[in-house]
Amino acid sequence: MIGSIDVLTPGLLTSIQDKGRFGFKRFGVPVSGTMDHQSAAMANHLLNNDASAAVMEITLTGPQLVFNSDTLIVITGADLSPAVNGGACFMNRPVQLSAGDLLSFGGARKGVRAYLSVKGGFQTEKVMNSFSYYSGITSNALIKKGDRLSIHSSRSSGQLKSVVKEDPTLFDSLELPCTAGPEFEILKQEDQKSLFDLEFSVGGDNNRMGYRLNENNLSYPESYSMLTSSVLPGTVQLTPSGQLIVLMRDCQTTGGYPRILQLSETAINRLSQKRTQDRVQFAIRNS
Amino acid sequence: MAQFELTFKAFGHSALLIEWPARLEENILNDILRLQSILESEINEGIIETVNAYNSLTVLFDPLKVNLAELQHTIKTLDRKDAIQVIKSNRTWKIPVCYDSSFGIDLEELSQSKKISIEELIQLHCQHTYLIYFIGFLPGFLYLGGLPEKLHAPRRPSPRLKIDRGAVAIGGMQTGVYPSESPGGWNIIGNSPINFFDPKSNPPCFAKAGDRIQFFAVTVEDYKNIREEVLKGEYKIEKNDRIN
Repeated sequence: MIGSIDVLTPGLLTSIQDKGRFGFKRFGVPVSGTMDHQSAAMANHLLNNDASAAVMEITLTGPQLVFNSDTLIVITGADLSPAVNGGACFMNRPVQLSAGDLLSFGGARKGVRAYLSVKGGFQTEKVMNSFSYYSGITSNALIKKGDRLSIHSSRSSGQLKSVVKEDPTLFDSLELPCTAGPEFEILKQEDQKSLFDLEFSVGGDNNRMGYRLNENNLSYPESYSMLTSSVLPGTVQLTPSGQLIVLMRDCQTTGGYPRILQLSETAINRLSQKRTQDRVQFAIRNS
Repeated sequence: MAQFELTFKAFGHSALLIEWPARLEENILNDILRLQSILESEINEGIIETVNAYNSLTVLFDPLKVNLAELQHTIKTLDRKDAIQVIKSNRTWKIPVCYDSSFGIDLEELSQSKKISIEELIQLHCQHTYLIYFIGFLPGFLYLGGLPEKLHAPRRPSPRLKIDRGAVAIGGMQTGVYPSESPGGWNIIGNSPINFFDPKSNPPCFAKAGDRIQFFAVTVEDYKNIREEVLKGEYKIEKNDRIN
């Protein structure tokens, strides 16, 4: 049965995302996909959805959504005070909604990005093998007021009891596990050490493309330049000012700044839940 | 055909970076594209995609299916001599550009700083063919090599916040076309009515690494007509397959 959700208010930066768009990097197309894969995967898992099902990514200020059909949902990731018809809504477990229910969000209590999965996944436009919104590829870059999003209607047949414990390190740990990037060696010896001894903090310039870190205590090697080459989500670039930029899921496919670290998936997920001024520390792992 | 010494670097847990000598060179590009084609046709098990740049090929793989050390070993021991003729592209795409001052907003300034007339500048830009090294930065943005030195021009001191789709520009020793509206710091010399990226087409770009681009000048009137045809999906980009 086809159902739908109406968007009353879109929230700050709400989009539909899946695991990402693969096979099109050679045309300059970013991977995109959910910023925090771990929370998104949990949201799908709890509904027995396919791992590649599309979910809604909700950032700090959530939307107001009216469900036009009975639907099973799960909310994971950041705690943005979800509520159904004004009453608190459970997170990290399936919740049955009925046609006419209003899902809304309140204050951001913990983390940055929450994920809403619906049974069967969002049935929105699929472009180049992916549901992930991206400006210039999908018709919309963000959810907007008045959108009607297609879903499957569903009603649970039995009791809804699967609950998972969330991983506290996702929100609490400062540690960003990583490996040395292709140009790690261009750093001075003392910088190679201080990169892991020092703490860094998230700058105000942080979004789905990348997070700029505040500090500029690393030195950029004099007159160093490199030919533009591939970059990936999780690539940490050193800019000539000595500041670091951590590339995230919507990052461009190539870049010309030295790639000094490569974050693990765990690290990208953790960083996705950090806010401006939150501290982080790189932790090298031998691959 | 030259065989280059390759460097292999782990790029996280699920990518392998293969590097050629750090030069902009057609032979290097051809060697990269040859390896790319072999990798995709012969050992595709576990490989998600491969991406080339000027002197590198990044191989993204599924670490549950392939191990980095094994993948590296397989690539090192490949015999790469056979595929030379098969994949070398001889295609040149003819791209219409309107160099009218309404589009080429930096032409006047560029003509003064380079001390060549606008006519000569346009003629030089159209005379040469440009090799597509790779597509990156924005969906459909071609990294082109071969801009004559006479047209090299530094980027603008502060980037513009909004550059039109189709803007043809010069930045440093490169020329290119902005496939979509975006910020940018290059000098704008014209605009092309062609779409360089169409998410509804498969593949989304008509051109690929190894092909060539040649620009030709059209009037404002022609530009409008071609743009209409492009939007209706009726414009056929002229191409020339050179036989060596």
